[in-house]
Parts: sequence; structure tokens; C-alpha cells
Amino acid sequence: MILAILSGFVLAGCTPFISKFIKGKGSLLLPILPFGLFVYFFSFLKEIGEGQTFRFNYDWVPSYGINFGFHLDGLAILFALLITGVGTLVFTYTTSYLKGHHYLDRFYGYLSMFMASMLGLVLSDNIITLFIFWELTSISSFFLIGFNNDDPKSRKSALLALSITGLGGLFLLAGMVLLGYIGGSYQFQELLSQSTFIKEHTSYGWIVGLIFIGAFTKSAQFPFHFWLPGAMKAPTPVSTYLHSATMVKAGIYLLARFTPLLGGSAEWNTTLILVGSITMVYAAIHSVLRIDMKGILAYSTISALGILVFLIGLGTEASLLAAGVFILVHALYKATLFLITGIVDHETGTRDVTVLSGLSKVLMPVAIAAGLAALSNAGAPPFFGFIGKDLIYEATLAYGDWAMVLTIAAVVTNVCLLFAGLLAGVKPFVGSLPSNFTSLHLPHPTMWIPPLILAGLGLVFGLFPSLVEGLIVQPVFSSMVIDGAPVHIKLWHGFNLVLGLSLLTLTLGVILYMIVKPSSSLFSKTLKFEMIAPQTLFEIFGKFFNAFARFWTGLFQNGYLRNYVITILGFLTILLAYRLYQGVNLYIDTKQLTALTIYEVIVALMMIVAIVFTVFSRSRLVAVASLGVMGYTICLIFLFYSAPDLAMTQFSIDTLTVILFVLVIYNLPKYKNFSSKAVRIRDGILSVFFGSLIAILTLEVLSEPLNRETSIFYAESAYLLAKGKNVVNVILVDFRGFDTMVEITVLVIAAIGVFSLLKLRLKSIEKE
Amino acid sequence: MELILVVIIGLLYASGIYMMLRRSMVKLIIGLILLGNGANMLIFLLGRIVKGKPPIIDSTAKMLTEIYADPVPQALILTAIVISFGLQSFAIILVKRAYKITQTDDLDELNTTDEIYE
Repeated sequence: MILAILSGFVLAGCTPFISKFIKGKGSLLLPILPFGLFVYFFSFLKEIGEGQTFRFNYDWVPSYGINFGFHLDGLAILFALLITGVGTLVFTYTTSYLKGHHYLDRFYGYLSMFMASMLGLVLSDNIITLFIFWELTSISSFFLIGFNNDDPKSRKSALLALSITGLGGLFLLAGMVLLGYIGGSYQFQELLSQSTFIKEHTSYGWIVGLIFIGAFTKSAQFPFHFWLPGAMKAPTPVSTYLHSATMVKAGIYLLARFTPLLGGSAEWNTTLILVGSITMVYAAIHSVLRIDMKGILAYSTISALGILVFLIGLGTEASLLAAGVFILVHALYKATLFLITGIVDHETGTRDVTVLSGLSKVLMPVAIAAGLAALSNAGAPPFFGFIGKDLIYEATLAYGDWAMVLTIAAVVTNVCLLFAGLLAGVKPFVGSLPSNFTSLHLPHPTMWIPPLILAGLGLVFGLFPSLVEGLIVQPVFSSMVIDGAPVHIKLWHGFNLVLGLSLLTLTLGVILYMIVKPSSSLFSKTLKFEMIAPQTLFEIFGKFFNAFARFWTGLFQNGYLRNYVITILGFLTILLAYRLYQGVNLYIDTKQLTALTIYEVIVALMMIVAIVFTVFSRSRLVAVASLGVMGYTICLIFLFYSAPDLAMTQFSIDTLTVILFVLVIYNLPKYKNFSSKAVRIRDGILSVFFGSLIAILTLEVLSEPLNRETSIFYAESAYLLAKGKNVVNVILVDFRGFDTMVEITVLVIAAIGVFSLLKLRLKSIEKE
Repeated sequence: MELILVVIIGLLYASGIYMMLRRSMVKLIIGLILLGNGANMLIFLLGRIVKGKPPIIDSTAKMLTEIYADPVPQALILTAIVISFGLQSFAIILVKRAYKITQTDDLDELNTTDEIYE
């Protein structure tokens, strides 16, 4: 199983190395991968139809409860088959659509990465793994949408899609972590048994809200819908794949998957019904006003997603059944329409429905596929779409007090969608053929066969619903509804209200199609509302966010050393001061202290004076000389307190430093004060505070007992093991000999640096 | 004596930080030296100070037995002194070179890594 999911990533990783092969005849071999996966998942279908589920577990980060747990049930297999099935057709279609494209290898790399991520997403049982695959789909779709990367609009759309879905992903992660924390497990199947506990928990509202944002952004629900039409800048195979069966359905999948776990509450149902119905009506009306075939399809896709969210929100058995069927219905006809749009665009160079007409005379098989898809979309009998539409009406009609309103909303949406389907699927193919299109000819069969297959399935499933009833619809239904009644779908229900509504929808849609002629003037009217569109608001937010980020970075990463030092020390000082303020046991045992002698006091005073001179002197020479004095006093302190080696080292090093300073002192800049008095006072206060804190800390540590284990070891073994009597020297050259050697190396490097800096002559700049 | 040393350590740290916060590069180096000395004194003091008992084994004995100064902090400080000398000498020469080329000692005016040609 893990191999099946990862194979797409493997292929993606290989594409750069076989790019010549892909750009040649090799691309025809690539659809074998999705097809193989399709067959693989197909082989599970029979058992799953009988009610079995499959589990596969692979450890990943067991300590955090994260693993590759895969769960294959009805819902998962429906999506897996859609992903691999539509994937096979899209892979095939691309061989002709992007034939000879310069970056074909990249395209297949992104596409197979996307396919693998999608598979991982729908099969994951672990909700953290699910999130990781979720993000992978966002990332790989970013590359796919921005595939025409020399077009600034394309790049912008890709970025928009990524930022919206990525933003949603963050919320989703928060929701998942919260859910896992409360439920005590990241395994979905284990969480399922905690369902009642989670639903009654106080954080339930948070979990649902966070997961909703994730699902709504991904599935382009109002007000996050605007990235989807923008994503139409992608090559058509991408649009087909992302918007019919995969990417945008991920949010739907998530909601459907979590229905048995989180669904059923008032928050869950009301939010989904509200958001779903607003989206479906809003987008359906929009789709009527568009003239670009892809634009029409984009909005009708958003609307269809709205219907799905709405159906899941209704939460009744009938509505969930309708949702399950509609996912399949929509995938079949929408993928067909997208593929056809691609062919039309590829052959004629335009997607404007006001220009296109009569193409059936030259592109007959394409026209047949388009007609079938448009009819399935319209919900005309005996197509599969008819069954889908019937189920939707059955669900809305049975929904208590609100049945009337909800049904009207569903009818309005369906009428508009029907109109949109006719516009994209029928309008370009009927009427008279413009003279400039007469020379068109049918593209390579790899392009027109895939849509024909999909459209044909829409008809076959409609005529023989028993084909999918037991194998797919029933398992999908039982993944969403636990202990539901057995389902039964059929084409003919007899004469009832549902049939009446279906006929009403059909009639209204056709009438609308007769009356409203698409025109660019109608389209331009909608642009007037751009000002208050969510997209504009989001872009303003984006600009503000950018400006804020720049300001924030400028504030903290400003490149001035002293500001970093001030920030770090200021923070440290406040933190330590707070800790001290909270109460510190400052106890000094005066008996433990060493006695004070007069010469020590004199040395200490000298040192203090030297420090003061170093800091406040206005002359370089005085400062350097005081620095030297200070070094010598330290040297004396070392000497008093039994550290002759240190005293010697300090003495020689200090002498050398002063000599070095004096040697270059006339080449050094004048000793100036650059800062104002206020700044100096501020720095002074900070330094004094910090110095005092260090002093207090030192006192603290001095009152703690000392662990002398290490020094006792050295004291005992210096002579016995290393035959040396000066313990400090023995430590340095024997026990820690390697350290000392490295230290010498460092000194040598510094010396080389100093020497070369002194000797280096830069032409023309300096003349010494 | 410990108390005086504590005061001196605080003073060294304070003055070191103050000098580091100045815009002049020479002062920056002096600040580094002060800070380094402060750290050395800190380590020295925290190893506890003992008067007149250097960690040198008597010519007749085989190991240190009675009270003696802790050799470990001393070894550490010795290393630190030497390394900081390497750093200081390099920094001093670097500042000299930088001043030659940029003709300024003000850190705020050094905002490009490229040489300025006239």
C-alpha cells in the first residue's frame, strides 16, 4: 500500500533524469503508473463492496503517535479510483495537449507528485499524516497552477491559491492537534470511538471551526472561493484534474470523513448549510454571466462544491447518500467538460463562447462527449446526473421546516448550472460554423478518447445504476453513516414531486438558455462589484501584511550591532531581574571569605580607576594605556591567588596587545563620540543593570557548594599518569592536548590573517 | 576579598557592554577586551580562590593532597586568554584596514560590503 502511494513521489523524483525520454515517445508510457494504481485499487472493490475495510500500518514517529496508517474503506476507495482513473486519462491527454512542450518533464513530475499526495490524503488514517499530505497537495498544485511561469498572471494565481489553501492548512493543523489532544489519539478509527466524548467537550466548537476553515479554503467555499477561478490560468489538464476530481474535493472529503466523528451537532449542520447554500447560489449566478468556457466551468465547479457542502451539512441519510452520488456524477461530467474546453482551446485558440459555434461539423466525437456531459450535468434522464439531482431534491424536501427554502435554493442553483453546462458543452458545437474554423481537424485520439470515456460512463451508470450501487455507493454511504439502512438507487421513481422538480429544472434551464445570450457587456457589469469582492479585500489584507512584516523585520533585523546587543541584554536583564525580584536567597557566609590585605585593596582600587579611565577617556592613548594597567592588575590578582601560569600568560599577552595597539594607533581613527548624550545615558543604565545582575549571580553561585570531582581527578593523576608536576600545564598539554593543538592552529590562522592584512596592498585606494 | 572581586566583575561587564554599544569601532574592540577579562575573572572566582597554594605538586609528593587552587578553571582561563589575544589582534588590524579604505570609524556608515571607489 505504501508503495502504491509513494510511487508517484518516486516517479516525480525521477523525472529530471529521464527528461529526454519523456519529451520523446516516453510520455506515452507514463499513464501506465496511474492506470496500474487504478487497477490495484479496483481489485479491492469487491471486498469493500461486501462491507470489508483494509488497514495498513507503518511506523514513522511512534513516540508522537504519528505513523503511516492507511485505511481503505468506501469513501477512500471512491476518491482513490477517481484520482487514479481521472489521473490516467489526464496523463494520456497531456501527451498530446502539451506535446513538445519545453518543460513537459517538469509537468509530469508535478502531476505525479500531486497524484501521490492526493492518494495519501484520502487514504491516511492518521490525522497528522493526513495534514502532511494535505499540505503536499497545496504545494504541488502551486507548481501546477503556476506552470506557465513566464506569465505574471499565472504566477499571481498560483501564489493566491497557495496562500489561501496554505492559510487554511494552518488552521486545519491547529484543529487536528486539538482534536488529537482531546481524543487522546491521532488515529481516526480510534477517535471515532470517542465521538460522543469529543462532541460534548468544551473545545468542540474550536475543533469544528478550525477544520471548517481548512475545508472551506481548500474547497473554495464563499468567501474563500476566489482562488479557484484564478487557478484557471493553469494548463487545461491541470484544471481538469484539480477541479473535477481531486484538489478541491479534498475539503469535501475531509467534511465527509469527519461527519461520523464530529457531525450531527447544530454548529456543524447550520454552518455547513449556510456556507454551502450561499456558495452554490452565488457561484451558480456568477457562472451564468461568464463568457470564457473555463470561467463558466470554474464557477459551476464552485457551485457544485457548494452543493456538496450543503448536502453534507443537511446531515440526513438521504442527503449524505446524495452527496456520495453527486461526487461521482460531478467528477464524471466536469472532467469531460474541462477536457473538451482544452480541445476547443487547443484547436481554435479561443475559449470565448460568444465566438465559438458549429464545431460539431469538424470535431464530431468531441461534440458527442460534450453533449453527453452537458446532459448529465443537466440531470436529463437517463443520465447519471438525473439520479444525482433526484437524490438532492429528495434530501432537501425531507428536511423539516426549512424544506421549502432549501429546495428553492437547490432549484435555482441547478437551473443556473444547467445553463452553464449547456453554454460550455452545447453552445460551441451547434449552429453555423464560422469560416475561419472550417479548416480544423480532429486532434490526436489520446485527446478526444478520454472525454468520451468519461461522458460515456455518465450515461452507462445512469442506465445501469446497479453497477455502482453495491460496489461504490453503499460502501461510501456506510463510511459516512454508521449503521445506516441499506441504500438503493434507481433511475425511475415513478411520478412524484421529485420528478416534477427535475422536469421544472430542465424546463427553466432550457428557457433560460433560449433567452439569455452570453455577451461581454453582461460580463463587464459584474466587474463593477470587484471593489467589495472578497478577493479585493484579501489582497488589501495581503498588502497590509507585507508592509507589517517589512516594518517588523526592520525593527528587529536592522543590521545595527548595538540594537541586537541591546535587545538581547535588555530581555535577559528584565527576565533575570524579575526572577530576582520574585525572591532569591542571597546568603553570604563571611567566615568562608578570604581575608583582606592592604595590597589587595590597593590593586583593586587601581583596577577600578583603570576601568574608569578606559571607559571615559577622550584620548586613544590614555584608553589603551589604562587597558594595559587593568591587564596588569588582573595579572597581580592571579599571582596573589595561586595562579602563576595565568599571571605569566596574562602579563605577556597584555603587553603584546598594548604594543599592537600603540603600533597602529596613529593609523587608527580619532577617538570620537558619535552618539548623543541621551543615548549614552541609556546605554549606561543598561550596562550598569547588566553588570549588577552578573555580580548578584556571581554571589549566588558562590554560596552554592562546589563539585570538585574533575579537579581531584587531575590533581591525583597529573603525576601518576602524565609525569608532570605542574597540574595546569599537564592539563593543557597532556590531558587536553588536542584542544591546545587546535588552539595553536587558531592562533596561526589569526596570525596569517594579521600578516596578510598588513601586507595587502589595494591598488589605487590607499597609498601609505 | 571575594566581595571586592564580585564588584570588579560587575564593573568589567558593565564597562564592556557600554563600550560595545558605542558606534566607534575602536571602542567596540576595547569593549570586547573588557568583557573577555570580566569573563576570565568570573571563571577564576567561581573556582574559589585560594591564597598561596598553586596547583603544583611538591617535588617529593606524587599527588596534590592538602588544600590547593583548582587547576581546571586556570586551564580554561589560560586557553581563553590566548584565544582572545588572537581575536583582538585580528580585530585591531582589521579595523585599521577598514579605516584606511572607508575613512570612517562609525559603524553606522559601514553599510556596504563593497569597496568604495572614488
